[in-house]
Amino acid sequence: MQFKHATIERSAPLLAVLTLITVAIGGLVEIVPLFTIESTIERVQGVRPYSPLELAGRNIYVREGCYVCHSQQIRPMRDEVERYGHYSLAAESMYDRPFQWGSKRTGPDLARVGGKYSNEWHVAHMIDPRSVVPESVMPAYPFLARRPLGAGDIAAHLVANRRLGVPYSEEMIASAAADLAAQADPEADTTDLLKRYPGAVIGDFDGDPKRLTEMDALIAYMQVLGTMVKFQGVTPADLKQ
Amino acid sequence: MELGEIYPLLRSLWTVWFTALFIGLVAWALWPSRREEMRRAARIPLDDQR
Amino acid sequence: MQKASPASPMGYGMDAEQPYIEDVVRAFVVATVFWAVVAFLAGVYIALQLAFPALNLGLEWTTFGRLRPVHTSAAIFAFGGNALIGTSFYVVQRTCRAALWGGPVPAWFVFWGYQLFIVLAALGYVMGYTQSKEYAEPEWYVDLWLTLVWVVYFMIFIGTLIKREEPHIYVANWFYLAFIITVAMLHIVNNLSLPVSIFGAKSYSAFAGVQDALTQWWYGHNAVGFFLTAGFLAIMYYFIPKAAGRPIYSYRLSIIHFWSLIFLYIWAGPHHLHYTALPDWAQTLGMAFSVMLWMPSWGGMINGIMTLSGAWDKLRTDPGLRFSVTAVGFYGMATFEGPVMSIRQVNALSHYTDWTVGHVHSGALGWNAFVTFGALYYLVPVLWKRAGLYSTRLVAWHFWLGTLGIVLYITAMWVSGIMQGLMWRAYDEYGFLQYSFVETVAAMRPFYMIRALGGLCFLGGALLMVYNLWRTAQGHVAGQPAARAAAAQPAE
Repeated sequence: MQFKHATIERSAPLLAVLTLITVAIGGLVEIVPLFTIESTIERVQGVRPYSPLELAGRNIYVREGCYVCHSQQIRPMRDEVERYGHYSLAAESMYDRPFQWGSKRTGPDLARVGGKYSNEWHVAHMIDPRSVVPESVMPAYPFLARRPLGAGDIAAHLVANRRLGVPYSEEMIASAAADLAAQADPEADTTDLLKRYPGAVIGDFDGDPKRLTEMDALIAYMQVLGTMVKFQGVTPADLKQ
Repeated sequence: MELGEIYPLLRSLWTVWFTALFIGLVAWALWPSRREEMRRAARIPLDDQR
Repeated sequence: MQKASPASPMGYGMDAEQPYIEDVVRAFVVATVFWAVVAFLAGVYIALQLAFPALNLGLEWTTFGRLRPVHTSAAIFAFGGNALIGTSFYVVQRTCRAALWGGPVPAWFVFWGYQLFIVLAALGYVMGYTQSKEYAEPEWYVDLWLTLVWVVYFMIFIGTLIKREEPHIYVANWFYLAFIITVAMLHIVNNLSLPVSIFGAKSYSAFAGVQDALTQWWYGHNAVGFFLTAGFLAIMYYFIPKAAGRPIYSYRLSIIHFWSLIFLYIWAGPHHLHYTALPDWAQTLGMAFSVMLWMPSWGGMINGIMTLSGAWDKLRTDPGLRFSVTAVGFYGMATFEGPVMSIRQVNALSHYTDWTVGHVHSGALGWNAFVTFGALYYLVPVLWKRAGLYSTRLVAWHFWLGTLGIVLYITAMWVSGIMQGLMWRAYDEYGFLQYSFVETVAAMRPFYMIRALGGLCFLGGALLMVYNLWRTAQGHVAGQPAARAAAAQPAE
């Protein structure tokens, strides 16, 4: 018994190093393969980076902590698929920084809320949730409709995302501010915007065409949630690769 | 990718390694000759002079 | 044998000119009590918001979404963190027979730096600066500041261990050390992000989607494992033997407990992501290790509770010890419930429901808060050099109010959680989903009120503690009528 546990018990640096090794192993073995095993993220068509207005809206979603009550992750049980739609794929949140899968459903899952309700419904619901859902316990967010969207630095946001690996092109970054305004303006020419961000929902979201508000951005984000992948004709085998 | 393929092997090796480590640790802690040292260590909080 | 033998009044060569640094420990005790009240108050308020949504007030700063992180951060990092750092400074000095490394200046830096971290984080949430990663909400600038404070904390702790007079490193210090090192690792990795501008608060996470999810729950679950478990086990391993006046039941078990706990815990994170888009192999791994965790957890519980074998009568005479021992009981309960909930089939029902919230609170209120209360009732008379507490009757009232609060809280959440899970998956005779989502929301309301009542009881108990500790520190102690008499008290 040359090497005794007593050696560890008596050397603080050794104890610290062994502790670090012990706790590092689990994380390394679990997390690293997620980046290296290719099958982690399904190969599906349609998932694209968020448009500037959607990204600005997503940042409001993040700011308000919506994830504490709303998940964005549909599990493959029958009742969830019937209630919310196709179960969530890893690919669908591959540009989400941070992810917003959530851990609690005080309110319903929002992974596929896009297109389920009209813009008018969302505005009424945000301003006073109980005016459309009497039993709701959601806080009211009337200030979103009053406050102009502060997104003067939206191009910088796209740049930060691109540095982290989101495929925003030079063109997308150069036209970020214009795209942001065009998406909330039903009069604008949106041909190029739709080329860059296929399937983006365009319109005056908050019912006030004269102003671009935080409400516009948040609803633009919510209307795209879960709509990028078209599931018609896709089988689980296709997703497995 | 090969990491996915060798994963089952890694997992079984890992289990063996972990079990060996754990048995070693238990043997260490319960080794009879260390009884007195353990008894003294356990009294450290109580032997505080102040 | 628990009294010092007079033959060696300065055992272990402790230098009389270098006394233990205790004023900073007193400051941490005050901060712990202060943030406890803030955390419980915020919890009661947001619990009431779920029953009465008008309490969101229609203002952006007071919505549930912004106040919920205030509650969780105040409970975990402010109340729990101050308790951990404060007790670690106390315990490491006394079990090493050495004053804190670096003297009072770095220790005070850690104290004020940590309070600043808490205030910056909370102000950020209220104003909307958040990463919205659960329990890792503070934005990058707050994270950087905490990293700096934590490095100094680590240096003080390990420096004190290195310069110690006692040859053996007592096991409580192992748990503190694992807590400090692992939290540093988790904090740094999970918060890797890129600010949009160094003049702005907003940043984007270095990880996205599924990788971000696993990194986050690797962090999140081990915040439970190393902040709320390993750190508080250190409190258990020092304060229960101390208050009971007898050594820990089995020191050998504590060694096995330590290594198996820290090894197993780190793998358990993926059980937060069952049935999600996380690959199945990771989910299975997380579940297997979570179930295995039951063993070391109960090993630790047995070690704590059995320390009282032969001294059970102390539970009657020392109500502070009653808190500590009940806490270990709740620890055993929560660490049984946890592995059960990590089994995929159970998790299918419990996930996304209040059952999880109830489980967290049986740990946070029953284990973390109670073991801290036990340590506080022990520490305040010692640190303020009083003969005892102002009132043991008030401690008993605190104990029963707190226990009643926990019972109301967790039973309400069990019922609402399981009911909600069952309602979501209920089908009617025609094969349609039986309940709309909002019907399940409406069904929760009575339980949310009971939960708020439970929280109110717990808060009320804590306020009794504040009063009791305040009077104790002031010197209003039975058998010690003159408040300043303690100043001349010799070192036993």
